[in-house]
Amino acid sequence: MLIRKAPEFRYSQITPRDVYFNRRTFLAAGTAAIGALATSNSLFAGEKLSGVSKSPLSTDEKPTPFDLITHYNNFYEFGSDKEDPAANSGNFRTSPWTMKVEGEVGKPKVFDLDALFKIAPLEERIYRHRCVERWSMVIPWVGFPLNALLKQVEPTSKAKYVAFESYYDKKQMPKARGTGIEFPYVEGLRLDEAMHPLTLLVVGLYGEKLPNQDGAPIRLVVPWKYGFKSIKSLVRIRLVEKQPPTAWNLSAPNEYGFYSNVNPEVDHPRWSQAKERRLPELSSRNTVKFNGYGDQVAKLYTGMDLRKNY
Amino acid sequence: MATRLPSYTLEWIFARTTEGMGKVLSSKWTKVFAFLLCLVPLGLLGWRYYQQKLGANPVEKITHTTGDWTIWFLLITLSVTPLRKLLDQPKLARFRRMLGLFAFFYGSLHFTTWLWLDKGFDLIEMWQDVVKRRFITVGMLALVLMVPLAITSTAGWVRRLGFVRWQLLHRLVYFSALAGVIHYYWLVKSDVRLPLFYGGILALLMTYRLGTWMLSKSTKRHARAAPMLK
Ligand code: HEM
Repeated sequence: MLIRKAPEFRYSQITPRDVYFNRRTFLAAGTAAIGALATSNSLFAGEKLSGVSKSPLSTDEKPTPFDLITHYNNFYEFGSDKEDPAANSGNFRTSPWTMKVEGEVGKPKVFDLDALFKIAPLEERIYRHRCVERWSMVIPWVGFPLNALLKQVEPTSKAKYVAFESYYDKKQMPKARGTGIEFPYVEGLRLDEAMHPLTLLVVGLYGEKLPNQDGAPIRLVVPWKYGFKSIKSLVRIRLVEKQPPTAWNLSAPNEYGFYSNVNPEVDHPRWSQAKERRLPELSSRNTVKFNGYGDQVAKLYTGMDLRKNY
Repeated sequence: MATRLPSYTLEWIFARTTEGMGKVLSSKWTKVFAFLLCLVPLGLLGWRYYQQKLGANPVEKITHTTGDWTIWFLLITLSVTPLRKLLDQPKLARFRRMLGLFAFFYGSLHFTTWLWLDKGFDLIEMWQDVVKRRFITVGMLALVLMVPLAITSTAGWVRRLGFVRWQLLHRLVYFSALAGVIHYYWLVKSDVRLPLFYGGILALLMTYRLGTWMLSKSTKRHARAAPMLK
């Protein structure tokens, strides 16, 4: 059962579709251009995505309510409290947007906003999401496998890792300063992890375009790793030869490793990872290795000491 | 010829304000009001829980709210003496015990939240955390240090111990507050601004104490030295 509370109205319902899609002309012509700009992203988020197919890779667990997925976020660019991203990302401009894919590839590419939604057919994937802070959710993402994109750019034989970079703009993200991590936020995966069919590029949530606080317009989701690996608001993907730096590892290397696979047997130095709280439940449940995706991904790590490679 | 009215001088205004504040602070009702005010954070927390408005992670919200109020009450308690001296309001001292006990009260709620909702009253697991995780170790230390103070907070205990010994014992509160700040500093992921802010307030309050203590030492030395000069 979805206990999602429907918003009272959607701008997309009260704005004619052609006006809605030509927002820039609309804004230029508009009288209250500034006011409209300020709300341009509330116009944008919440738009229904069409042609989304269901995926057999979804869990049948009950999805976490929309309100919680959108009001309990770690997105330090907008502040370090869980309520900050929802409160501070309303005016974040996600259009126009470009995402570059470059590095050790045969065909580097730059995608604009429209192109991002057309890289591959959209699927709904309901995934478990486990944060390193011991809470978890079940989230109906909409997106496509990252490997669909990577195949298009044709990685060379030198490409061993994939480096990801988030958008960062001091002016739009004044709360980022002082949160204790470096920006732009960066992440990385080994190429085989990136090519894995479970690894997603996500553009939507609950059948609609991704809300700003959840990483609009496009983000990564790696369901068997702690949430901070799933980098938000992507502007750059680089295929590289060497293991790239990652944001939390730079901030506290003894606490956050490159792999950061969900693993109840390996404690965070300051807390145990044996249990998690499925929000909004009060009681805890046991955490499952690889967040329950071990059947699909454990083979990526055969022979590796996961205690060392945390 | 106009006579100079003393009522227009600043001194007079200060004196009247001090006197008025003194009266308010002596009132039984002010104390009742302060007591109720101290219960507001708990009341709000309970109300939000009842309204299901504690957000996605109610347990975390309860832990954080009670933890925040514990440190606040510790710092407020430690401000009583400096404020009493700076404002020349001896009656402020009447509130100190109550504020200190509220720090202990919120600290106990904070601890109970953790023990109950995080550890499920599993004492073995609790002990493992206390010895293994340094932020829990110092938090526990902060709370344990408050226990003897809460017990000996009554007038009877002041008499039994004698004021000097009682006062010495109650200096433990400095270490409790320090441990509380370190606890917070160690538990945040990366954003240390708030723990540093609390640490700053504590440093200010301790500097004041150190300053007055050194001043009083030197005046005492002068007082002792003075007769010899005669
Ligand atoms: C009496 C002294 C204590 C003080 C002043 C204190 C203060 C605090 C503060 C200010 C916070 C952070 C709240 C926030 O983030 O808004 C906190 C969190 C916490 N405290 Fe305490 N605390 C004390 C004792 C304890 C004890 C005895 C325990 C358990 C043994 C404990 C366990 C925790 C836990 C588990 C958290 C949350 C950590 C997290 O979010 O990861 N504290 N405390």
